[in-house]
Amino acid sequence: MRARVLIRPKEGILDPQGVAVERALPALGFSGVANVHVGRLVELDVEDVSQLEAMCEKLLANPLIEDYSIERPDAAPQPQDAGPEAPRR
Amino acid sequence: MRFGVVRFPGSCDEVDALEACRRVGDAEILWHADPDLGGVDAVVVPGGFSYGDYLRVGAIARFSPVMESVIAFAREGGPVLGICNGFQVLCEAGLLPGALLPNVGLRFLCRQLDIEVVDTDTAFTRACAPAEALSIPAKHQAGRYHAPGDVRVAFRYAHDGNPNGSSNDIAGVANEAGNVVGLMPHPEHAVDELTGSTDGLALLRSAVGLARA
Repeated sequence: MRARVLIRPKEGILDPQGVAVERALPALGFSGVANVHVGRLVELDVEDVSQLEAMCEKLLANPLIEDYSIERPDAAPQPQDAGPEAPRR
Repeated sequence: MRFGVVRFPGSCDEVDALEACRRVGDAEILWHADPDLGGVDAVVVPGGFSYGDYLRVGAIARFSPVMESVIAFAREGGPVLGICNGFQVLCEAGLLPGALLPNVGLRFLCRQLDIEVVDTDTAFTRACAPAEALSIPAKHQAGRYHAPGDVRVAFRYAHDGNPNGSSNDIAGVANEAGNVVGLMPHPEHAVDELTGSTDGLALLRSAVGLARA
């Protein structure tokens, strides 16, 4: 099963990369941009999707400083599992 | 007194750390893939870019075979010092609280600076005087310490000279027991008058004589 893990700086933690991008965009003529954050995308094929959360907690993200969300684009939408999961922590 | 200095793929300060340790005792390299610590009395996790800093600084090194042994050694009370990337690894390993984030300025910084000794009761500050300023170089891109709450501060950047946006000017911390210490500046590069300061030796001298718990 293909999965994607989106990792971003945790709310409230200063993200200087996001700030730098946010400042660069107006300089190029793009206005109306706010709250820019730069994170990481990890794509992976995984046999047991139930392990994804543990993978995130243990290695892919550092929950102390990062939020993550797990996306499974191939997954058939289930009533209780529609779309990407909400950010953890 | 025998120090073990860990070498990961991508370490670059392990030889300086080894030579610095040899000024106060014996020292040997510990290879990352070998879980045997060889009966050393203290462990130094040195600076560099372990595993290329891939994913997140220190994130992959933390799971190397040698680190499993270092974690057990630290939990038994063994003295462990993490310098720069080593500090990042010890935080990822959960031996020290907090995490290291990219510098506020996003630049790699490299400069000689003063750090103030805040806590003289740790395994690596026992030989320091309270509030003593140590002249030690810092060189890093991810040295912004994020404190998860109250932490045991070992060192602060002195004279309002916080170079990276670290919480509360924290340059280094200790675990609750005081046997594990990590800091971003490099004491192993301040052990010879040739490079301007020998203040870094105080950290290593502090560990000499500490028996394994």
